[in-house]
Amino acid sequence: MITETLLTWIARAISGASVRWVESQPDTCQRVYFANHTSHLDVILVWSALPTPVRRLTRPVAAKDYWSRGWLKPRLAKSFNAMLIDRTEIKVHQSPVDLMVREIGRTHSIIMFPEGGRSSGESVGEFKSGLYYLAKKRPDLELIPVYINNMNRILPRGEFLPVPLLSSVTFGPPLWLEASEPKPEFLDRARDAVLRLKEV
Amino acid sequence: MNANLIVFVGTVLLLLGVATFVGQWLRKRESPALDRRAIESFNSRIQAWWFFTAVIVLAFLLPGLTVLLFAAIAFWALREFVTLTPTRIGDHRALFWVFFFFTPMQFLLVYLDKYGLYSVLIPVFAFLFIAARAAVYGDYDRFLERIAKVQCALMICVYCLSYAPALLYLRIEEQSSRYYPAGMLFFFITIVLASDLLEWFWSRVYGRHLIAEKIDPVMSWEGVLAGAASTALLGVVLQWASPFPDWWQTSAMALVIALTGAAGSLTMSAIKRDRGEVSSGNFVEGHGGVLSRIDSICFAAPVFYHVTRYFFGVA
Repeated sequence: MITETLLTWIARAISGASVRWVESQPDTCQRVYFANHTSHLDVILVWSALPTPVRRLTRPVAAKDYWSRGWLKPRLAKSFNAMLIDRTEIKVHQSPVDLMVREIGRTHSIIMFPEGGRSSGESVGEFKSGLYYLAKKRPDLELIPVYINNMNRILPRGEFLPVPLLSSVTFGPPLWLEASEPKPEFLDRARDAVLRLKEV
Repeated sequence: MNANLIVFVGTVLLLLGVATFVGQWLRKRESPALDRRAIESFNSRIQAWWFFTAVIVLAFLLPGLTVLLFAAIAFWALREFVTLTPTRIGDHRALFWVFFFFTPMQFLLVYLDKYGLYSVLIPVFAFLFIAARAAVYGDYDRFLERIAKVQCALMICVYCLSYAPALLYLRIEEQSSRYYPAGMLFFFITIVLASDLLEWFWSRVYGRHLIAEKIDPVMSWEGVLAGAASTALLGVVLQWASPFPDWWQTSAMALVIALTGAAGSLTMSAIKRDRGEVSSGNFVEGHGGVLSRIDSICFAAPVFYHVTRYFFGVA
């Protein structure tokens, strides 16, 4: 609990983030927050931008190979209740999406970055299909687009010391997978929903 | 602390109380004749004034704490400034030094009263270091433009602002009963904020010829001149509380503060316009952020400090 509060405060201090909800409200219902990915701090940033009751129910999805290395990272991952997903070893009925569906049960929400890896910052890369399969397996989940602005300047790729500029996190209106909507169309629509938040 | 100074501080606090009361009363009134934005602008100025007054009243007790608070304001302003400025990854390391070395160092040197060092730390050492550090990274794309932006940010937000708390350590001639370091800072801040408010007021009432419509849609020649004249007059009225021996000196210093302060707010508006208000609105919440509240102080402080030092200072 103390580490959680401490982490939240540190993340907010470094990122100077202003949090905005556009046509959308914080809620404890089951949701998938999907965001553009530009920096290592993104996970903690989105997580700490949520109000405490929502945050308690929300688990960021993170790569197991990265977050289980070393001494600090596993402890950090544990304190923000991360869901570590193995992206190297994928078995039948053990796909990342299956794991996610099983882990969230009927209570938790998740934070994910559908670009797969970090993009350079200016543009948002193509979305991987995970979001589509997740939406297909659990059509009841609200999909909330999230746009993170300026984090690529606070902690760019390959740098380890952050520069404390100001950033913003914008949560947008929920979307759902339409019946019989093809995968590429859906992924484009989801990506556009994130990009649209850049303008508002 | 002498009696005059106590009366001066008391008077300012009383007037601020009245202004706050009037501002809040106007805010609650529903009348189409009132300009909402003007009232909001007035209220945020008064709020900032309260804040600065509190910071400086602390200086009477603990000068070090006032320096620390100004350092925090500078850090936050720098943050806003650099956020509005497009930098590239090649500037990242240079920016790290700017935030975590030069900014604290400048205020530490002010606190230690090392004038010989803090007056050159940023214009000489940081100026050269930023350029060299960015060059080491090896990205020459728009190089001059990028380093100039970082240098400008550091100069305005940190170097210029640091001269306000530096007034606490300025020794002037005739260390008579009328002189008190925190009193000097209090006098300075009061005149800056008063001139800011007076210029804004006259611009709204008599503004006919705008100075630069595209930059500031309110500031006019009439406003600045009438504001500067009334600030000079205010200096005469405040002679009893002023650190300067003669009334015309106080008045002239008030005039210097008013004109540089006006130049400061116009320049800062130009910088913000250049970066586009869209981006600033995204990051900086409330009334345009810290930067627009300190713009006139940033310009007036170093000029006021050096003019005072030249004419009244003891080496």
